[in-house]
Amino acid sequence: MSKFSMKERLEIPRQEMPTQNPEARRANFAEVTLGYTPELMLREAQRCLQCREPACVKGCPVGVKIPEFIAALCDEDLPRAVAEMKARNVMPAICGRVCPQETQCEALCILAKRGEPVAIGRLERYVGDYELEERVCPSSVRATPTGRRVAIVGSGPAGLTCAAALAGKGHDVTVFEALQSLGGVLGYGIPEFRLPKQVVQDEIDCLVQGLEIEVRLNTLIGRTFTVEELLEEEGYEAIFISSGAGLPNMVRIPGINLNGVMSANEFLTRVNLKKGYRFPEYDTPVKVGKKVAVIGAGNVAMDAARCALRLGTMRAQSNGGVPPEVHIVYRRSMDEVPARYEEFEHAREEGVHFNFLVNPVRIYGNERRAVSGMRVQRMELGEPDSSGRRRPLPIPGAEYDMDVDMVIMALGTRPNPLVFQDAARLERTKWGTVVADEETGKTTACPIWAGGDVVTGAATVISAMGAGQRAAASIDAYLGTGEW
Amino acid sequence: MYEIVYKETLSESNKLMVVIAPEVARKAKPGQFVIVRIDEQGERIPLTIADYDRDAGTVTLVFQEVGKSTMHMGTLTVGEGFRDLVGPLGHPTEIDELGTVVCIGGGVAIAAIYPIARGFKAAGNQVLSIIGARNRELLVWTERMEAISDELTVVTDDGSYGRRALVTEPLRELLEARAGEIAEVHAVGPAPMMKACVQTAQPFDIPVIVSLNTVMVDGTGMCGGCRVEIGGETRFVCVDGPSFDGHLVDWDMLMARQAFYREEEQYAVAHWQKECRLLAAKGEV
Ligand SMILES: Cc1cc2nc3c(=O)[nH]c(=O)nc-3n(C[C@H](O)[C@H](O)[C@H](O)COP(=O)(O)OP(=O)(O)OC[C@H]3O[C@@H](n4cnc5c(N)ncnc54)[C@H](O)[C@@H]3O)c2cc1C
Ligand SMILES: Cc1cc2nc3c(=O)[nH]c(=O)nc-3n(C[C@H](O)[C@H](O)[C@H](O)COP(=O)(O)OP(=O)(O)OC[C@H]3O[C@@H](n4cnc5c(N)ncnc54)[C@H](O)[C@@H]3O)c2cc1C
Ligand code: SF4
Ligand code: SF4
Ligand code: FES
Repeated sequence: MSKFSMKERLEIPRQEMPTQNPEARRANFAEVTLGYTPELMLREAQRCLQCREPACVKGCPVGVKIPEFIAALCDEDLPRAVAEMKARNVMPAICGRVCPQETQCEALCILAKRGEPVAIGRLERYVGDYELEERVCPSSVRATPTGRRVAIVGSGPAGLTCAAALAGKGHDVTVFEALQSLGGVLGYGIPEFRLPKQVVQDEIDCLVQGLEIEVRLNTLIGRTFTVEELLEEEGYEAIFISSGAGLPNMVRIPGINLNGVMSANEFLTRVNLKKGYRFPEYDTPVKVGKKVAVIGAGNVAMDAARCALRLGTMRAQSNGGVPPEVHIVYRRSMDEVPARYEEFEHAREEGVHFNFLVNPVRIYGNERRAVSGMRVQRMELGEPDSSGRRRPLPIPGAEYDMDVDMVIMALGTRPNPLVFQDAARLERTKWGTVVADEETGKTTACPIWAGGDVVTGAATVISAMGAGQRAAASIDAYLGTGEW
Repeated sequence: MYEIVYKETLSESNKLMVVIAPEVARKAKPGQFVIVRIDEQGERIPLTIADYDRDAGTVTLVFQEVGKSTMHMGTLTVGEGFRDLVGPLGHPTEIDELGTVVCIGGGVAIAAIYPIARGFKAAGNQVLSIIGARNRELLVWTERMEAISDELTVVTDDGSYGRRALVTEPLRELLEARAGEIAEVHAVGPAPMMKACVQTAQPFDIPVIVSLNTVMVDGTGMCGGCRVEIGGETRFVCVDGPSFDGHLVDWDMLMARQAFYREEEQYAVAHWQKECRLLAAKGEV
């Protein structure tokens, strides 16, 4: 560890991660970022100052032991790095790829003050990938079975983390998932080129390996069983609701139900979950316009825009047509873009057009009720609103038409109310999220816990995992003592 | 896997399958549906629960082969099954004791109106049923409908069975003769048929409850692909429906949305048929 002086460490520049070049990648669904080589990893790891009071850790929702795992990397002791990592974060290959590091751990890294924080996320990904490649998953030994039964509703990062932690304690855990596969947004939302489904699959396998978790796919809670039935008839003693925030917000503007207007959820589900980009080998078709507008500028919007770009480019190449034009339409300015910075950059490199300070006001349709254009309103930024961001205000009279034939709505999501069928005693907010204690995940109704997006509204993978972990600890305590 | 335990060929294009799905059977109510997927490459296909047997833990599905997925489904045999089956989805049809109810089914959807008609009968209503299809071949479950209806009228477009008429003709006659008596009309079938039933009932000011069959992706309220406009409001058929007050449905929008993927659907059928021929040529089928 002490091979380098402070000065030498400070002189190493932040190591870029190799990526597929933008020209090539806009025509394929292969992963964009290629990961560090061992040399790049080592140089980046050597930049860490090993702070005695590491600020970076405070920025991580699960408190990953950042200097410790990086020290292990410097020593090229990868098994130790895996162990340090897994003490806090059970999905490093996923989080290393998708955490918004620039607002979390890396934002607080002491080196961020000098403009170049340690690339904690890239190093984390290296550790995760090593683990998956070498199959060194720490064999999660199951404690003596307790015979206590816990139901988990939803198999996204919150649910899976909670399930693994409880199964590790010896409890009998069942995961109920409405869809055909595990992973929640990791599977149906975040596209292949950003988070390969094989990585998701392997990391989930690694997580549940050795733990006898029962998985019930195709089981929609609220319909196949209600929450109360799980307690009263199916014999579960505790329930963790982690059903996410999957219901798309559709704005009420004229033309919203035309053909060619769809939610980002529909578009991404067709592309990712159902592999629409491999139609007709896979049965689900997905359409893509020649001029596509994606409304919004969060991660979901970037993903939708980049999928549209890829599909359109692949099609144009196979039939000799023109490549598509893809526009992000956002009512605030570039400074407020909520997406991960890297995704925004990648989208720009790939040729996605950005239209800031504009808001759609109506979508035009043709005689076949398909999208034929969109009217937008120019905006300017006023005073900050309750979220602290400057509020966009329409500039009177400043409207114009955009020539588009497809509109994808990526304006946020809310929890799906289906799961609350028959669970009226669960208090919810006016946004439809569940009221739950932040530390324990306890809802207003014993013995029901909740965590992840269903409590916070659309947030991040790692915060959902943190909530799953904390709820598992609380559920375990409850099962032990019987005290709510 | 959700195993097929019984298969019946109702006609060249209409098939019936009984599938093991105990949890769905236990909960199923008239008007609800399931989503099935044949295999890893498969599309998610919504199908009405035409019947269920809670003791045997099975649901009965009746479908018409109209495209790639339903054609593929038609080739499945007893012992094979579906990789995925989720349900029961949607709200059950509201079934009360109303007096007299008209139940209309068109084509393969006769199997979809059947549990509804049977439910109304069991709730003590007088059930007047009208079923129709393009021709005799495409009628399904005539005997079953007969058994649970107080009166049954069968029509075909070409007169090859029953009366030569569209379902709206006997409907109009019933309404004219017994308007005061009829509390509700329930209609399931192709969108143009349901729309015509609604128009027929309009002057009589009688509610027509229809079951909408939009394209669906997840069936859990997550994608909005199934949305329709009901009285000017956007609704998701999979979670808010599938039954709605027919007088409030924007039919033209519904039909336009149903046709959105037509090109891809035709391509998928051609691709499927080519693959089948290749397999047949290799002697694998
Ligand atoms: C396109 C997209 C891109 C994103 N990009 C990023 C990113 O780069 N970085 C990041 O940190 N975060 C990102 N996010 C957000 C992140 O994915 C979520 O915050 C996180 O997945 C939430 O986890 P969760 O476990 O709470 O819920 P989810 O992942 O939503 O999982 C919920 C699961 O519950 C199931 N379910 C729902 N209702 C029921 C029911 N009634 N019965 C049974 N099962 C049910 C759902 O099918 C789903 O599988 C992105 C989100 C999207 C949509
Ligand atoms: C709630 C509901 C209940 C249904 N019940 C039955 C039933 O009991 N029996 C029956 O035969 N059919 C039923 N359908 C229709 C059935 O789902 C479609 O016929 C089937 O999806 C066609 O798939 P395909 O690949 O064979 O044909 P395709 O060639 O893909 O499509 C043929 C037509 O079916 C419709 N369709 C296509 N994809 C979908 C989809 N994913 N979801 C819904 N409709 C689609 C389109 O309007 C299209 O024009 C129901 C539909 C809904 C929404
Ligand atoms: S889990 Fe995310 S926030 Fe935490 S250290 Fe890793 S990359 Fe940073
Ligand atoms: S703050 Fe930065 S330099 Fe300090 S320990 Fe954390 S990563 Fe290393
Ligand atoms: S099918 Fe996706 S919301 Fe209804």
